[in-house]
Amino acid sequence: MPFAIGALAPSFILPDTYGNQTPLRDAGDAVTVVVFTCNHCPYALAWHDRLQAVARDYGPRGVRVLQINSNDAARYPRDSPEAMSDRVAAGEFSSPYLHDATQEVAHAWGAAVTPDVYVLDRDGRLAYHGAPDADHHDSSLGAQWLRDALDAVLDARPVALAETEPVGCSIKWRF
Amino acid sequence: MPAEIELLYWDGCPSHPQTLADLRAALAELGRRDIEITLTEITTERDAAARAFVGSPTVLIAGADAVPPPAQEPTGLTCRLYLRRDGHASPTPDPADLRDALRRLLPPPAKES
Repeated sequence: MPFAIGALAPSFILPDTYGNQTPLRDAGDAVTVVVFTCNHCPYALAWHDRLQAVARDYGPRGVRVLQINSNDAARYPRDSPEAMSDRVAAGEFSSPYLHDATQEVAHAWGAAVTPDVYVLDRDGRLAYHGAPDADHHDSSLGAQWLRDALDAVLDARPVALAETEPVGCSIKWRF
Repeated sequence: MPAEIELLYWDGCPSHPQTLADLRAALAELGRRDIEITLTEITTERDAAARAFVGSPTVLIAGADAVPPPAQEPTGLTCRLYLRRDGHASPTPDPADLRDALRRLLPPPAKES
């Protein structure tokens, strides 16, 4: 089960595609977006550009976006660290892409699908969990649920729609 | 004799209900309410290999893949990646591709005697 709205997020340190150990909390009190995603899932790919746009648009406002691949690369080679690096080198990511090789972070966070989106407030408490927006097919929606949550957190307002149903491919667990 | 339309799916991917709805809409649009759709669940990697199942959903029309996958696409229990006609990634076939495949692959309706 995902942790509850208002609860402190489980901490982690994960390597990015350059091998840099990247902590969940870095700059102290930054608002943080964590997205569990991957390379092969059509839902993750359908929402991908919208999520990168969020990272670009909200970075200057102090929002940190971390994208995590927790899938078992042995069963799904398209989700290998090498394939992650290739996508980053091709310029497909606007924020760090982290590898959760042991899947411990996905388990601790209760992530179930890709993409699965979490927003943490400045205290590291969960303010939004769910899908980027209402329809993976409709790029005009622009990850609006996520943007609305970020706008609220940045303005220190309650998030009106704090939980939505994540939709996507199941995370590929190791047997 | 293969089913006229067979929708292969894996329950770990939530996309097949949309494809089933798209297929029914396309059949209605083409006036082919005589066609039955058979749903087949793929549950193991062995089944996936045996059925050349490259992901969920896969639509077979008269035994042929409605949207043939790239050569050497690996089989397995996964969500299948499709490209819409506008180039966007999608977990379901473009409805226009389904309609074209139905026109191309379905046998003509039986004539009433």
